[in-house]
Amino acid sequence: MLEKFKLKRDYYAGGLMLLLGVGAAVTGSGYKFGSLARMGPGFMPVMLGIVLAFLGLLIAGTALGSSEPDDKKFLPSNPQWFGWFCILAGPVLFIILGHYGGMIPAVFACVFVCALGDKTATYKSSFVLASGVTVFGVLLFHYLLNIPFPVLRGVNL
Amino acid sequence: MISTALTDLWYGFGVALEPHNLMYCFLGVLVGNLVGVLPGMGPVATISILLPLTFGMHPVPAILMLSGVYYGAQYGGAICSILLNLPCHPPHAVTCLDGFPLTKQGKGGTALGITVIAAFIGASFGITEMIFLAPFLVKVALEFGPAEVCSLMLVGLLAGSTLAKGSPLKGIAMTVLGLLVGIVGSDIETGQPRFTFGITELFDGVEIIALALGMFGIAEFMNSINNTETVDMKYAKVGISDMFPSKADLKLAFWPMIRGTFIGSLCALIPGTGPTIASFVSYATEKKISRTPERFGHGAIEGVACPEASTHSSVQGDFIPTMSLGIPGDTVMALLLGALIIHGIVPGPQLISQHADIFWGLIASFWIGNILLVILNVPMIGLWVKLLSIPYRYLYPSAMFFVCIGVYAASNDMFQVGETLVIGIVGYILLRLDFHPAPILLGFVLGPRFEENFRRSLLISRGDLMTFIERPISAFFLLICVVLIAAQIYVWLRKPKILQEEKAIEAQVPSTTYSELAG
Repeated sequence: MLEKFKLKRDYYAGGLMLLLGVGAAVTGSGYKFGSLARMGPGFMPVMLGIVLAFLGLLIAGTALGSSEPDDKKFLPSNPQWFGWFCILAGPVLFIILGHYGGMIPAVFACVFVCALGDKTATYKSSFVLASGVTVFGVLLFHYLLNIPFPVLRGVNL
Repeated sequence: MISTALTDLWYGFGVALEPHNLMYCFLGVLVGNLVGVLPGMGPVATISILLPLTFGMHPVPAILMLSGVYYGAQYGGAICSILLNLPCHPPHAVTCLDGFPLTKQGKGGTALGITVIAAFIGASFGITEMIFLAPFLVKVALEFGPAEVCSLMLVGLLAGSTLAKGSPLKGIAMTVLGLLVGIVGSDIETGQPRFTFGITELFDGVEIIALALGMFGIAEFMNSINNTETVDMKYAKVGISDMFPSKADLKLAFWPMIRGTFIGSLCALIPGTGPTIASFVSYATEKKISRTPERFGHGAIEGVACPEASTHSSVQGDFIPTMSLGIPGDTVMALLLGALIIHGIVPGPQLISQHADIFWGLIASFWIGNILLVILNVPMIGLWVKLLSIPYRYLYPSAMFFVCIGVYAASNDMFQVGETLVIGIVGYILLRLDFHPAPILLGFVLGPRFEENFRRSLLISRGDLMTFIERPISAFFLLICVVLIAAQIYVWLRKPKILQEEKAIEAQVPSTTYSELAG
């Protein structure tokens, strides 16, 4: 019996949905529920949460019954920790530098860091790409489309 | 009826041919064609990035441009499949099977030429279908009360989640998740903030652009970084002169094109079965009725003509339920519906009469756009082929910049960039757990309207749930829902033969990491 409880990806999937559903239903029960004729703001969240939790159980349940080969790998066969880090660091830098520095540093840093995530990338190739995109981006979004985003904070360009 | 449709169409051409609108239509199909060719960029991400830039525009050119991206991308996607064997856009995955062998035999140009002809025939039929069917659907839909709208939305949501690829159970779960994400923000009736966790920026709800770019931008880049195959440009040499097919090829491809068109237009009418399913079904059909099925997979010109015609006819037909009923069939349509709402246009049966300029202008722009695309694709084929060789390592950082600035431009708020980032991480986890993100967007867009109509219909019936069954049209829609669920259970228990055949074809298609982009 225990053999059957090997970790399959679908258990995680079902578990996640169960968690989200229960979470939504519990949070939703804090709002006024109302009646069928006069639904309060809490009605839909609770109902949808229960449905989602139920679907989560079904997903995990069908995985239990299926005879397909065990697939316990959540991570891909070659996890790209550095690549993922770079992709996620890009927008973070965009937010911080955009807030304090302006469009030029934000765009440059975002593209430069994202580009470093590729395993064939070098500092030089990333620098060239980031510079190109920055020039193009500033011309397009600042001068042509007039997005309200200062090019460099404190400097009037 | 035919004469009014033609007068309206004439009016539509007047709208679409205004220089301003024409320019944006051209821009849309050009950008669409471009992202279609580039492996790793899809129409969903592109439309999301362009959407905030249209905020200051009149709604007509905005919608013409955003729609142009969608059908323009279909022309570009075929180039990628045929010349590189890279199915970067799911609707064209099946074209690889015969398109690439043709390229290896040095007939890649012919295949592309046939594709353009098939695309034009398919699209023309899809547009004609829309001209005559949409006003008819509207006549029916104007009778709908909130109960009918509710049941119809349920059909749309259920079909969108169960008929798409992957496990139907997971699809439904994603739809419900989308509905829940749609709830975030202030309640429409009482103003009570829901699921906002005290964050003021969330009181207006989750930004549709942040959701789309997180799921189809950041999550997708995380999925494909350092994971893309090197592009083999060995066979990708095509000039204009290669593109004109011989008489024999045309003769061979003519009937498959017509059949493909027909299948595509049928698939467009069933909610949830978009161009991807249409192309697979038509390829399977063509192979089955062919006298020489053994040629398929080794460079049969019919294997290119049929799915391409059906894709394009289905793409144009996709607009019918979105524009006439306000029920989107897939991700791109959900996004376009979101765009309409942002531009202050209430989607639904009243759209055609209240915004005739948008509806008929859009239809007329389809014709114009398709003609523009044929012109773009024949003489400029060399340029598109060159674009194929742009490596992914330059593409995704540039795309990340467009994602960041696009989300920022939506509300000039850095908070939205962070929101996109969080949604991207969640999206990647969902991708790894084999969830397909497309139904989330569908649920998200329809969610608020679903809740509003559900509440209203029960208010009218004084809390009696039977109202959904007692009203005949609503009961009919609910019956369709039951049939959809029953069909899924049947498939799960019995695994019918026809699905196994489709699976077999799917297995032949070269695997790719750019899986979700075109939705």
